Amino acid sequence: MNALLSVAGLRKSYGPIEVLKGIDFDVAPGEKIALIGPSGSGKSTCLRCMNFLEKPSAGEIRLDGERIGARNGHVMSDRQLAPQRAEMGMVFQLFNLWPHLSVTENVAIAARKVRGLPAAEARELALEMLAKVHMTHRADASPLELSGGQQQRVAIARALAQKPKLMLFDEPTSALDPELVQEVLKVMEELAAEGRTMLIVTHEIAFARDIADRVLFLDGGTIVEAGPARQVITAPREARTQAFLNKIRH
Amino acid sequence: MTGFSIFFSVVQGLVAGLGVTVFVTIASLALAAAFGFLLALLRQFAGIKFIDLAIDVCCEILCNVPALTHLFILYFGLASIGVKLTSITAAVLGLGLIGAAITCAIFRAGFAALPGGQAEAALAAGLTPLQTIFEILTPQAMRIALPGLGNYAVQLLKDTSVVSAIAAPEIMFFARSMVTSSFQTTMIYATAAALYLLLSLPLMQVTRFLERRYGRLKG
Amino acid sequence: MSAFLAPYGDYGAEWLPLLLRAMVNTALLSVCAFALAFVFGLLLSLCQKSSFAALRYFAALYVTIVRGVPLLAVLFLLYFGLPGIGIVFDAFGAAIAGLALCFAAQVAELFRAGLKAIPAGQSEAALAAGFTPAQSFVLIILPQVARVILAPMIITFVSLLKDSSLASLITVNELVLTGRSMATEYFLPLQIYIAVGLCYFAIAWPFSVLSRRLALPATR
Repeated sequence: MNALLSVAGLRKSYGPIEVLKGIDFDVAPGEKIALIGPSGSGKSTCLRCMNFLEKPSAGEIRLDGERIGARNGHVMSDRQLAPQRAEMGMVFQLFNLWPHLSVTENVAIAARKVRGLPAAEARELALEMLAKVHMTHRADASPLELSGGQQQRVAIARALAQKPKLMLFDEPTSALDPELVQEVLKVMEELAAEGRTMLIVTHEIAFARDIADRVLFLDGGTIVEAGPARQVITAPREARTQAFLNKIRH
Repeated sequence: MTGFSIFFSVVQGLVAGLGVTVFVTIASLALAAAFGFLLALLRQFAGIKFIDLAIDVCCEILCNVPALTHLFILYFGLASIGVKLTSITAAVLGLGLIGAAITCAIFRAGFAALPGGQAEAALAAGLTPLQTIFEILTPQAMRIALPGLGNYAVQLLKDTSVVSAIAAPEIMFFARSMVTSSFQTTMIYATAAALYLLLSLPLMQVTRFLERRYGRLKG
Repeated sequence: MSAFLAPYGDYGAEWLPLLLRAMVNTALLSVCAFALAFVFGLLLSLCQKSSFAALRYFAALYVTIVRGVPLLAVLFLLYFGLPGIGIVFDAFGAAIAGLALCFAAQVAELFRAGLKAIPAGQSEAALAAGFTPAQSFVLIILPQVARVILAPMIITFVSLLKDSSLASLITVNELVLTGRSMATEYFLPLQIYIAVGLCYFAIAWPFSVLSRRLALPATR
């Protein structure tokens, strides 16, 4: 089966500090992968390399067979990357909704500006996506009026409106008050059930165990352990994985 | 002549300069805001070292030399090499260029105040850098910049009095010429001062409103 | 281009001492005026925080008037207007007084903003540790305020330095007026006023750079 996303030999250095030391993995269509690991392990950096928000120092990233971020040996500019990035929907830890636009406009603007949809169609699409995340009742609100959980759900709708091949989640619940985490996880569960391809960086281990197909445990810039979600989390093979999971649980 | 009718004729004389004062203020403000915004965009996003340096140098020169000197260079200096600007043209050009340096700094501060995540989310959604700048960053930076622009406008209104030194027929110019013909020096200058104050009060109100509305805007 | 630069070669030796003397006058004027503005600003700041409503209203009125009235009008009033009611300032004195009166408001605003920037917890901690309010203010608050307002204070000084050029319009023999008389003598206004500009730049720019360096700590 052809992988939707394939990562080979991914390396990233900031000056003398090497944060990613050779990452290889594939994501099949419809697969859900959870990236877990201690802070500083490089998991966010790894995710951000997928859509070239971080530029890798070495390695190849392919989405649906197409090489991301590089053309003819040159790293692509932001302008050249735009069409490729549009194929991947990203959800950020700090939501990053645009406060000068309403909720609906936040979701619709990429469809209008990037795919050229007329305003009415874009708005319809936006409302459809907002319905998926149960936020249509605040369609005309300003992001500043929403709670963290609500903002993140709108952010998810915004990414969905791109009709992406792949959804990237960068610690989507880490910045939320504990009582707001569940509403976001529930939405992600529903998306997973739809068969979407998802790459999720998270600290929510129970969520990873139940929703992900596979789990990658990153530590110190390499994949220490990879395998079926349930197996890695309940019965890890590596000692470091076990040590990390113990720390998280207590 | 009664005291009041003297006062009245003074006011009449000064008001003759009102149109030019208002015109120079508005024209310089427009030039400063438009050009300053352009400079801020280039400085903040173009990423070309040579342009960055050129803009920095120009801003340093404009900000570290008095307006009066710039005006004399534009009005008297250029005239001596054949480029004769009218006093109002020189006034608007001089104050406008100095203002552009000031508003450039204000706009840049506005852009800098935006969290990096704003641009990242836009790029991640597939917007091009230009779309990101104009649809996402500029509207927000503009709002943050408004109070600073308001303060600049209040200052600018006062600064237009300086262009009387290059014979622009604004309020202070008429004040000075009236003083030479009458001897009501204190009343004339005090009335002129009061006239400027009167003009600036609404501007100060607007600025106070802008500060309250946009002073604490988070990105 | 060489036609433009030629006069500097021809007359540079004559111009330099004139400009240097004018620079000293400008610097002297600015420093004296700033010192006075500092004192006035401090007093104004005390009025703003006073428990007497009358003083607070006076301070608010003062700041509003200074914000709306051009410095030039103030200078003209002091130098040309006051003699009419018996008070005679010499030009230099009028310039210092006018600059000081106008910039006192800016200085007061800096003090106000500086005090506001110190979190309430600072004085609370001092009082909790047993300092008297006066000790807390002098030993804990004031040093922090000083550090916060140093950079903006330098910028205000540069502003005052530039505005000192208006003193030329009330016959003070500083850089601009010197430039004017040189221009009428040599008929080279472009070169001369550019030279005047360079002189101001030479004084002001180091201060501007200093204030930027003080405002941005070395940590990245």
